[in-house]
Amino acid sequence: MSKVVFENLTKVYSNGFKAVHGINLEIEDGEFLVVIGPSGCAKSTTLRMLAGLESVTGGSISIGGKVVNGLPPKDRGIAMVFQNYALYPHMSVRENLGFGLKLAKVSKADIEKQVNEAAELLELTPLLDRLPRQLSGGQAQRVAVGRAIVKRPQVFLFDEPLSNLDAKLRASMRVRISDLHKTLKKTNRSATSVYVTHDQTEAMTMGDRICVMKDGHIMQVDTPANLYKYPKNLFVAGFIGAPEMNMVETRLDRTGEGKCHLALSSQMLGLPDEKLQKVLTNFTEDVVFGIRPEFIKLADENSPQDEIIKGTIVRMENMGAEFYVHFTVEDRELCTRVPSDVVEAKLSDSIGKEQLFHFEMSNAHIFDKKTEINISL
Amino acid sequence: MNKVFPNKAALSADLKNNPMLRAEIRKQRVGASIRYIILLFFGLVMLYPLFWMFSAAFKPNHEIFSSLSLWPKNFSLDGFINGWNTGTEYTFGRFFINTLYYVVPKVILTVISSVIVAYGFARFEIPFKKFWFVTLVATILLPTSVLLIPQYLMFREMGMLDSYLPLYLPMAFATQGFFVFMLIQFLRGLPTDMEEAAQIDGCNSYQLLWYIVVPMLKPAIISVALFQFMWSVNDFLGPLIYISSVEKYPIALALKLSIDVTEGTQWNEILAMASIAIVPSIVVFLIAQNYFVEGISSGGVKG
Repeated sequence: MSKVVFENLTKVYSNGFKAVHGINLEIEDGEFLVVIGPSGCAKSTTLRMLAGLESVTGGSISIGGKVVNGLPPKDRGIAMVFQNYALYPHMSVRENLGFGLKLAKVSKADIEKQVNEAAELLELTPLLDRLPRQLSGGQAQRVAVGRAIVKRPQVFLFDEPLSNLDAKLRASMRVRISDLHKTLKKTNRSATSVYVTHDQTEAMTMGDRICVMKDGHIMQVDTPANLYKYPKNLFVAGFIGAPEMNMVETRLDRTGEGKCHLALSSQMLGLPDEKLQKVLTNFTEDVVFGIRPEFIKLADENSPQDEIIKGTIVRMENMGAEFYVHFTVEDRELCTRVPSDVVEAKLSDSIGKEQLFHFEMSNAHIFDKKTEINISL
Repeated sequence: MNKVFPNKAALSADLKNNPMLRAEIRKQRVGASIRYIILLFFGLVMLYPLFWMFSAAFKPNHEIFSSLSLWPKNFSLDGFINGWNTGTEYTFGRFFINTLYYVVPKVILTVISSVIVAYGFARFEIPFKKFWFVTLVATILLPTSVLLIPQYLMFREMGMLDSYLPLYLPMAFATQGFFVFMLIQFLRGLPTDMEEAAQIDGCNSYQLLWYIVVPMLKPAIISVALFQFMWSVNDFLGPLIYISSVEKYPIALALKLSIDVTEGTQWNEILAMASIAIVPSIVVFLIAQNYFVEGISSGGVKG
């Protein structure tokens, strides 16, 4: 089948720059894996190595159990969709779609049939005789996807395919590509996909699993939900989620009766038991405390005493359904999300005023400041 | 002047009521007129020799140097008739065809060899590429007259004198660095994505060149062909050195045939034939004009 495996994959450029540091990754047959990371994290380089457009310095890449390190792109059973579409400007849409098959010496009738099939799937039939420059961005990207489908590859590669589209089109293309993946899977066609992006919405909504990369290292590979809930390290925690997770450098205090307190400026937060056990096994004093904005609530009478912090509201951003409420705890600024109706009822005209917040500590994370590893998992 | 006028009536009404606006418009018109007059003047100065040549071709010989007027007083077609027949046993048409005999192969060979070499330079890792590139640029700076004598000796040894081979054979080896350089620069401006996509689609290097690179290079290729065509038709030195028999003379040499040192030169014939001689270049240029401008002015990438 079409399982993709990276083993200790390394890339060093001729100028000595080490881009990829021995990564290991298995992409299951039919899986949709999204690779995400900030620019310069070598996600594209990794994809291009898989495509055969960059040479491999060390380690191996195998597709469907076969090592493909030395194979030219055309013999790897892959198809790629590029960020700027890379349609052949002098060929019509029909010729663009059929070019790969023509090179593979497929008969004219078969090319016609497969091109029409792909065109139907992507609603490109009325555009078949146009030239790429007569297409809109969204149409061009559909042709680029169609060109990949026509080839019936083992693995689909996407290199930031939606970055050049406007926000609305991006949203609809996102759904379209996801649906396409499901359709291919249902019809028992190979549909293993590797999708590189820097947009976390795309990653969260499209990926079966997400691989987060930084500086040529894999930081974490997991399902979108797990990545969001259980980030393994500081980088993943900060990278995934919008608005960002609140992070505060602080101190962990071990008190006499086996309890731990987090110092948030002069105020203290207690750790719940299940977190406490894990933290104590990897105990360190210098930590980074992280909590997502949705786990900070306005405190009420039911809030436990050691999870309440007093802050001063400094700014409120209206997002429509909710507000991003920014507040400071002494010198640290944090953010929480509050539904609009709650803001209207309780927080109107409250900028500059003090307010009690309830930090849901069971959903908080404690990171070792030195190793940046999450010690509360 | 960012005002938007809904229609002409409103505009004229606005103009009547607003002397400031009127003055502004007048000022712009005067400025534009001055600019055009200057441009027109210099344009005419540059084109005057060409017009003079055309008009002189219709003048009798004695009138050519006696008046500056472009309009012939005694209109005559003798220049064309006698010029076409030439003083030799061949008509001028023969010399036209002779010109094409070496210009066409020269253009074709130049395009093919230059594209291949430029493709290599722009897209492949070659050992010591920088050195080769500098060498290439250095050959552009080398004056062609330096090569004349060794080249002549070489072609003499090969027994190719008095044939067109010495004129176009060197072009098969991408010897005109300028064209190679021009194509390399153009190729460097083209994104490599299409080529990568084609590689994934199954192209090898040759198919890549033929199916993807050449179509994208079209504007630059047309510029190269056009330059080579015009320069070759105008080339005097090359044919002068290598072609010795009159039956093989191209236009450039044939024009000189009628310039006689002993008798009075028939200038009207020469100018008539010169007028005809530039027609192919002008026609070819007009046909290729759009591509040509694109080829020399841009990297060839459209948004």
